[in-house]
Amino acid sequence: MPEFLFYVLSTVSIVSAFVMITRRNPLPAAFALVVSFLALAGLYAMLSAPLLAVLQILVYAGAIMALVVFVLMLLNVRDQDLPEEPRMLANLAVGLVVAAPLFTLVYSAIRKLPATSLGPELQPGFGGIRAVGLHLFKNFAVPFETVSLLLTVAVVGVVVLAKRRLD
Amino acid sequence: MLTTQHFLVVSAALFTLGAVGVVARRNLFVVFMSIELMFNGVNLSFLAFARHFGNLDGHVFAFLVIALAAAEAAIGLAIVILIFKNKESLSVDDFTSLKR
Repeated sequence: MPEFLFYVLSTVSIVSAFVMITRRNPLPAAFALVVSFLALAGLYAMLSAPLLAVLQILVYAGAIMALVVFVLMLLNVRDQDLPEEPRMLANLAVGLVVAAPLFTLVYSAIRKLPATSLGPELQPGFGGIRAVGLHLFKNFAVPFETVSLLLTVAVVGVVVLAKRRLD
Repeated sequence: MLTTQHFLVVSAALFTLGAVGVVARRNLFVVFMSIELMFNGVNLSFLAFARHFGNLDGHVFAFLVIALAAAEAAIGLAIVILIFKNKESLSVDDFTSLKR
């Protein structure tokens, strides 16, 4: 049963990622990406990461993609605003062919790993809010505060950008 | 039986698709979303290895990547809005205003 679930989720995720990069209009691409992210959240949950699965849905599929769709709506992108991409599918095919050796290289490295099961027996609560939160604040307090600084800088930067005009 | 490799292969496939999207497309939004896809491929690797070693460090890194992606989305979309308002274009070929 987990195998079946894994194959369904990974197929949905990869196929909708492929759909995303082949859409001409960004709005269908955004919705395909949301589907891909939701399937990925399922994969995270299968890896005993319930907190990250919830964050993936809330922050990625929820907040970030809602922001993208919102910007698309505000810009009111019409068909003539989209860049002309007459050879888009050919470019994508060439890109896939060029990227295939990269994938094969990574795949051969992955194959060399010992083929054990997913990992050791886990303590109860692994990947939950309490476990990840304690680990974050005990061992990664400085990176965590740096991220909060980064987010502040991003917000200030957005305000500065929004207030000016390019010449 | 599911192994760590299964998840790593999916992760590599997502990262590759994202990389292809970044280099082959000209639509700024699709390029942006391809970058998000690459972030997610890497996140899946982090979580697969966290499960593999029974260690929570990977979860913390995935958490930081998500926070970083949120900051990147805010800044990136602000720049997109600004340039679209000035140039009426979404093509990456028109985003050359840093060139003298």
